[in-house]
Amino acid sequence: MTNQNTISRESDLSGGEYKWGFVTDVETDLAPKGLSEDIVRLISAKKEEPEWLLDYRLKAYAHWVELEKNDAEPTWAMIDYPGIDYQDIYYYAAPKGTNEAPKSLDDVDPEMLETFEKLGIPLQERAALAGVAVDAVFDSVSVATTMEKQLGELGIIFCSFSEAVKKHPELIKKYLGSIVPYTDNFFAALNAAVFSDGSFAYIPPGVKCPIELMTYFRINTEGSGQFERTLIVADKGSYVSYLEGCTAPFRKTSQLHAATVELVALDDAEIKYSTIQNWFPGTKEGEGGVYNFVTKRGRADKNAKISWTQVETGSAITWKYPSVILKGDNSVGEFFSVALANNHQQADTGTKMIHIGKNTKSTIVSKGISAGKGNNTYRGQVQIMPGAENAVNHTQCDSLLVGDECGAHTVPYIEVRNPTARLEHEASTSKVSDDQLFYLMARGLSEEEAHHMIITGWSRDVIKELPFEFALEASQLLKVSLEGAVG
Amino acid sequence: MLEINNLHASVVDIEDSQILNGIDLKIGKGEVHAIMGPNGSGKSTLANVLMGRPDYEVTDGDVTFDNESILELRADQRAHLGMFLAFQYPAEIPGVRPWQFLKAALDSKAEARGEEKMSVRNFSKLFDEKVEAVGINPTLVKRSLNEGFSGGEKKRNEMLQLEVLQPSLAILDETDSGLDVDALRIVAEGVNSMRSPERSFIVVTHYQRLLNYIEPDVVHILVKGKIVKTGGPELALEVEKDGYKEYLDAAAAGANA
Ligand SMILES: Nc1ncnc2c1ncn2[C@@H]1O[C@H](COP(=O)(O)OP(=O)(O)OP(=O)(O)O)[C@@H](O)[C@H]1O
Ligand SMILES: [Mg+2]
Repeated sequence: MTNQNTISRESDLSGGEYKWGFVTDVETDLAPKGLSEDIVRLISAKKEEPEWLLDYRLKAYAHWVELEKNDAEPTWAMIDYPGIDYQDIYYYAAPKGTNEAPKSLDDVDPEMLETFEKLGIPLQERAALAGVAVDAVFDSVSVATTMEKQLGELGIIFCSFSEAVKKHPELIKKYLGSIVPYTDNFFAALNAAVFSDGSFAYIPPGVKCPIELMTYFRINTEGSGQFERTLIVADKGSYVSYLEGCTAPFRKTSQLHAATVELVALDDAEIKYSTIQNWFPGTKEGEGGVYNFVTKRGRADKNAKISWTQVETGSAITWKYPSVILKGDNSVGEFFSVALANNHQQADTGTKMIHIGKNTKSTIVSKGISAGKGNNTYRGQVQIMPGAENAVNHTQCDSLLVGDECGAHTVPYIEVRNPTARLEHEASTSKVSDDQLFYLMARGLSEEEAHHMIITGWSRDVIKELPFEFALEASQLLKVSLEGAVG
Repeated sequence: MLEINNLHASVVDIEDSQILNGIDLKIGKGEVHAIMGPNGSGKSTLANVLMGRPDYEVTDGDVTFDNESILELRADQRAHLGMFLAFQYPAEIPGVRPWQFLKAALDSKAEARGEEKMSVRNFSKLFDEKVEAVGINPTLVKRSLNEGFSGGEKKRNEMLQLEVLQPSLAILDETDSGLDVDALRIVAEGVNSMRSPERSFIVVTHYQRLLNYIEPDVVHILVKGKIVKTGGPELALEVEKDGYKEYLDAAAAGANA
């Protein structure tokens, strides 16, 4: 069951290099390259969206056009890349035959199923056995959702975003853009205009979701951007743990991924959101790779809690700051992150904790690993608003250097507007020491195993926050991602 | 088992840094050799060179283990052959549990030798047994490897690894330093219980006291990177009484001659 799965994924990893670089040969329904109002309309029409959603997209698009005109693509991050040509990207790609959602797995293209198989996604019975519900997103269209029924009995909704638009428009209408408005930033505007698909989850009041909800995203069509849109609403007193894993095929050209994720934790609710991001990092020479520009934010109401845990080993560029608005009194926000930048990868990632309610508490643990010519930047903001009596933040920010051509940077912003706040900030930079390596090797571990053990040990505070199977995968990913950087 | 011939070693990338100046040593199967010598005489360097630490460079001579030269082998390969070094200053590895580390070490060794890996269940049993045997506080092994361990706790942890890994040649670099009386007895009992016709030991120590518990077959005095005298257990008693002055003077005279 779960084990089997994990093992098959592990064996994929053992050989090193990027193992997810296969392309699925499925006929694809492609809209022409480039972005225009027509394309936005086409996407909406293909998805048979209601008028209000088309309006929303068009407003977002108009806003984005303004931003683009004014050169408002953000440039403050410590990343360096050739400009993105937004007219050279496919904004809609759907595997043919999936315009109508498959009724059962038998209706799904076998080749596609094989792709998921290779990715180790526990679809079919394996999903049920593993206790994982999968909403698998293939390019822009969600192809299969498992365990929907079992969850349905508890009143839990877990489906693709497009399906939710059709079946639960009132929820989407209420929450879409409520946490990340399209005016938030350049990429959020772009996403709101052209978002393809993603997941939607709703947990009714008082319900503890009994399984981990899980989504695998995958960019398949060459030159296509993926604009994932995910919304999770945990109603009062509910609990949900959501897992997201990402891979993309090996391409010499760069691919754009601009996602938006919104979390709403109503009073006394808790959302745990875990990500393993393993998009294609580009070749060793720095060609290709995914440009990952992501806006993730959650709102925690009274006594609610939101935890972001991320292991970021992929992408050529990562621009990502999962944040929590601590709106309600006693709400809690957490951010646990391991980001690895090897070869020519650049990661600029961190979090924002915005304390609004009284007695709000946030914890930030960021571990940045730089290897090869990689560059890793932690960028974090802790904001204590005037009404946030007795707010507490603890930030721990560690960097680990492997080799001497890489870079680690820390950019913490702190804004305190209430004198009762208590903030702690710890930061450290270390290197894998020769003493440690020799100690482990003298016991029989290879140099690579020794590095791996030191690095996963060092990342332990974050990895232990992940659900078990994910923790194993995260550790394996760190190993594979570091190959070539050591020895 | 182990033969050291005319071994010269210096620190990589530091000129004129020769530390070992021609060491000859032959350790037969089942023998226990003690090495004593003043601070800075090269005892730890010798131990590290034997184990393959890359900071040192062998400039002359050879070391064979079971009649094969090991100088070209990496530390992990030497470990797989059955060599073990209990460190004078064990490294701290944050976030790594002793259990996890030892299991990985044992697995690597089994894999390299084409043997079957020990099951998690059997390993856990063995581990718990040995934890009790070396008297490590069980809460300690739930912490990070050596991190924040006291000096004595680190040494006991080295003993734990020795007992789990069961090497055929164990080099103990001052494993008795900083130990309380009880711990000292545990180290000695550990070594004595592992003594067998198939297993050899090199015990580096400053104290004759340890040798009361572990009776060595041979005692060597190492001064300025050379073995200046070899004898039986009585040699340790002599040193305890007279110190190293005689040897140091002789070495100085030799250098001036
Ligand atoms: N990596 C190194 N770089 C520079 N000098 C070194 C290095 N390793 C050892 N030395 C020097 O070589 C000499 C021998 O050191 P070593 O640690 O082998 O002594 P020892 O006999 O073990 O001493 P002690 O009894 O104090 O443990 C010392 O002068 C030491 O400073
Ligand atoms: Mg020493």
